[in-house]
Amino acid sequence: MSPIINQTLQLADTCLILGQRNSEWCAHGPILEQDIAITNITLDLIGQARHFYQYAAELISKSENKTITEDALAYLRTERAFKNWLICELPNEDWAHTVLRQFFFSSFQLLLFEELEKNSDSQLSAIATKSIKEIKYHIKWSSEWVIRLGDGTEESNNRINKALQILWPYTGEFFMPADYEIISVGPLQEKWLLSIKEIFDEAGLTMPENIFMQSGGKSGIHTEHLGFILSELQYLQRAYPGAEW
Amino acid sequence: MVNHTSLNQKEKILSLLEQVADPEIPVLTILDLGMVRDIICKDEETEIVITPTYSGCPATDTIAFDIKLKLLENGYTNVKVSYTLTPAWTTDWMTDKGKEKLKEYGIAPPKNKSVNDNSMRIQKMLFDQEDCIECPRCQSTNTVLLSQFGSTACKALHQCNDCKEPFDYFKCH
Ligand SMILES: [Zn+2]
Repeated sequence: MSPIINQTLQLADTCLILGQRNSEWCAHGPILEQDIAITNITLDLIGQARHFYQYAAELISKSENKTITEDALAYLRTERAFKNWLICELPNEDWAHTVLRQFFFSSFQLLLFEELEKNSDSQLSAIATKSIKEIKYHIKWSSEWVIRLGDGTEESNNRINKALQILWPYTGEFFMPADYEIISVGPLQEKWLLSIKEIFDEAGLTMPENIFMQSGGKSGIHTEHLGFILSELQYLQRAYPGAEW
Repeated sequence: MVNHTSLNQKEKILSLLEQVADPEIPVLTILDLGMVRDIICKDEETEIVITPTYSGCPATDTIAFDIKLKLLENGYTNVKVSYTLTPAWTTDWMTDKGKEKLKEYGIAPPKNKSVNDNSMRIQKMLFDQEDCIECPRCQSTNTVLLSQFGSTACKALHQCNDCKEPFDYFKCH
């Protein structure tokens, strides 16, 4: 498949898998307003995933001369075909883990999509422009939570530090290029670190140094957790092919 | 809207689209929201081009269905609804009439211009309150943001410090 199809699938899978993880909070959020906030963010992510899947389906259908649907891409591919960033598939821990992951993710997503917006592919550029408006709300929301927990009580500070230990090794993958990527991700690292540091300074958190960074998601090498997500996510379509609401 | 459709034809279609409401905020029509981007009549086919408000807005599919139904009911036999993402939808396109209707319905209309200013730094607006959102019940501007995310993707939750009622605010996008 062409680089542009692989890139589109990577972005689709990434938004879908984090959306699916966040959706596990539905009806379990710490208070009603925050339950609604995280599920709204989830809805945005799944909407973005849909735009990418629809576009990927269009490109694949054209290049392979048969009809591939957005649903087939989301519901009928297996682990090795998924190209999502590893950080998305890590199991939920506590609220601190969820908000810190969202903060790392959205801060990178913004930088990446600002590049995507400049791409000559007009549909990818359009999806990026639309998503950026949503991502800015996600960054604001998650940054406030990182500061609130980091600069909060001893308990909240402990929890966000624990989340930091778990999540940090998965942030390096953002900047490790996959062979098909149409955007050069390496140069975004410096900007990303600066934006993280700015919030960490407010929150009283310190960025870990010299940590081994995990990678592989972009090329289909995943943690053991992805299979479990897919079996839940894809169950209905596999058990009842073509089922609709 | 750029197209080859005659004015008369277009006005007829617009008057039908004016009857298609947003399923989540039924006082607003899709024209009030600025979702209809083009009307193209070619040979026998009528194509309505719409743009989604939010990426994940579940109303988009329902709206496309409702448009088709409305036109089919009124004698248009070959109707197509297509989507465009450019330019990205913004609350700046909401009509003044739409804003009035929202307010009467109990939802504070978007107050400022769209947030898509790339020079704006998010880090500078943390914990910010959008100022002076007017309570749709008592018109007080002594209100407070409870949550940036409300009952649907387009709304934030505010509370009035005077009448004490919580209310939805259609946030700028
Ligand atoms: Zn009031």
